[in-house]
Amino acid sequence: MTRSVAGRWRSTAATVLLLMPAATWYALLLLVPLVILMVFSFGGRAPEGGYRPDFTFANYAELPTRSAAFINALWMATGGTALCLLIGFPLAYYLATRAGPRRTLLLVLVVVPFWTSFLIRTYAWLTILGNNGIPAWLERLGFGHVVLLNTPFAVMLGIVYNYLPLMVFPLYVSLERLDKRLLEASKDLGAGRWATFRQVTLPLSSAGLLSGVILVFIPIMGEYIIPALLGGGKVFFIGNALVDLFLQSRNWPFGSAAAIVLIAVILIAVTIYLRVGSRAGRTREVSLL
Amino acid sequence: MTTGSAPPSRASIDRAGPWVDRAFGAHAIALYLFLYVPIGLVVLFSFNAGDRTGELRGLSLRWYERAVNDSFAMGALGNSVIVGTWTALIATTLGTLAALALQRVPRRVRAVFEAITYVAIIIPGIVIGIATLIFFVNTFAWLNPQLAALWSAVGLPDPPTIGTGLHTIIAAHVLFTMAIVIVLVRTRMAGMDRSLTEASYDLFATPVRTFFQVTLPQLRPAIVAGALLAFTFSFDDYVIASFVAGPGKPTLPMYVFSSIRRGITPEINAIAAMVLTVTASLLLVAGLVYRRSSRIAAAQPAAGLEPVIDGGLR
Repeated sequence: MTRSVAGRWRSTAATVLLLMPAATWYALLLLVPLVILMVFSFGGRAPEGGYRPDFTFANYAELPTRSAAFINALWMATGGTALCLLIGFPLAYYLATRAGPRRTLLLVLVVVPFWTSFLIRTYAWLTILGNNGIPAWLERLGFGHVVLLNTPFAVMLGIVYNYLPLMVFPLYVSLERLDKRLLEASKDLGAGRWATFRQVTLPLSSAGLLSGVILVFIPIMGEYIIPALLGGGKVFFIGNALVDLFLQSRNWPFGSAAAIVLIAVILIAVTIYLRVGSRAGRTREVSLL
Repeated sequence: MTTGSAPPSRASIDRAGPWVDRAFGAHAIALYLFLYVPIGLVVLFSFNAGDRTGELRGLSLRWYERAVNDSFAMGALGNSVIVGTWTALIATTLGTLAALALQRVPRRVRAVFEAITYVAIIIPGIVIGIATLIFFVNTFAWLNPQLAALWSAVGLPDPPTIGTGLHTIIAAHVLFTMAIVIVLVRTRMAGMDRSLTEASYDLFATPVRTFFQVTLPQLRPAIVAGALLAFTFSFDDYVIASFVAGPGKPTLPMYVFSSIRRGITPEINAIAAMVLTVTASLLLVAGLVYRRSSRIAAAQPAAGLEPVIDGGLR
């Protein structure tokens, strides 16, 4: 009896030991700093930059001065997510239903660019959209002087280019798992192509669709590299404001308030995702019965 | 009509007609061009004999030569390799240990830990950069006076000061790559055959022996894939590194980013082409290792790859 108690105790101790390093990492580098960030956001700015203890809402009141960054990010994240979905869905559908034996290879080809350097993929467009790139060709064709770089168009293009694979993959997974007999049944019951798509395919792939949307939306909200390189200071996101506030102007309390708002937006997006997701899950169960 | 459980052929479920097929095919081809032409151009212009990207004037390796002899670029490359290697080692070790422990903790602890893991993966790099910067600034602000006091108490001159550097980048990278390893290893565990472990105990193997002879070999593919991915993500990261890097010790992405800001030269293309080759080959290895493991486990390969993709956010 005592041996089994000792054994259990030893086993518990081993578990705690195994989990401790990772838990410490999470606590020290993520959770505690997030609490500090919260505290900072109500603090004052020390004369030399950094943080001075205080309790004030001044930082939050000052946020509207950076509203352009928030509005840009929110609008571009929404638009970019929608574009990725519109462009990515047909590709995912093609891969899941029509690609045949090559489909594993084709799927890997979608994912590989996403895994390779983000910075370099964004850099690639810098040359293409720059003055020696497409604008030069357009000018030769007689379209006059066209500016593509440092415009919202360039930033949106960079977003779709970088995040498209992240949308296609979960969509593919859910479309691929879709029970083909249900499509058959729909057809047998007299539904047309569009009706089958809307009433069977779309609801049954909603889990992948939601994952894709959240996987794309959240990182775009926090994007820094794309607006920095392709927006050229004219189109900037919260990420750019945060880099400025934390690393250049060193206004940490104000930066903390901006970061808290970014985190809040992400939390809202995740909450909506979980809510809608659980409802979509229920629909799915019902329709499978 | 197909009957029973036999999968219906495509033609029977979708008689959309050849023009719809062609439209889907054309859309797919256009997207593959969209994905690969820009990368291809980067590689093409890295072989440019001319001075400007955008104008191809014959092929040469002169920019590769320039890149290899660029001491700043090579220094940054060295820093990135150091950071990536340590990140992979630490993240894989801590992540695997945590994944093993998570099997045996109460459900509520596991749920909380998993939630934090997903937060660490999905949260934008910029937030991780800020969070880790705050941790390090506060820690160093507290630690350095302590060290100074200790040194003067002992009577030693020149107390050491701890600041940011490669080690702070490694610590920050471990935060999110460890989370990826945890998810990968846990996915693999879910597909593992428990009866093997039980058989091992039935044959009177000790827990330690069971771990090394039964559990670890089964987990190895996930651990190897996790390590390679951790290295790749660390090697690729710019945002987090730019927050916690020390003075004068840039990583390769930091070097590339500041070079781009100063002006585009084909030398960046040469560096970019080399980076693309290295990361693509590492990922290929990771993919092959993981795929083989999935086949052995007869698990769904796609389910295991989902978190991998999530992890690539930064």
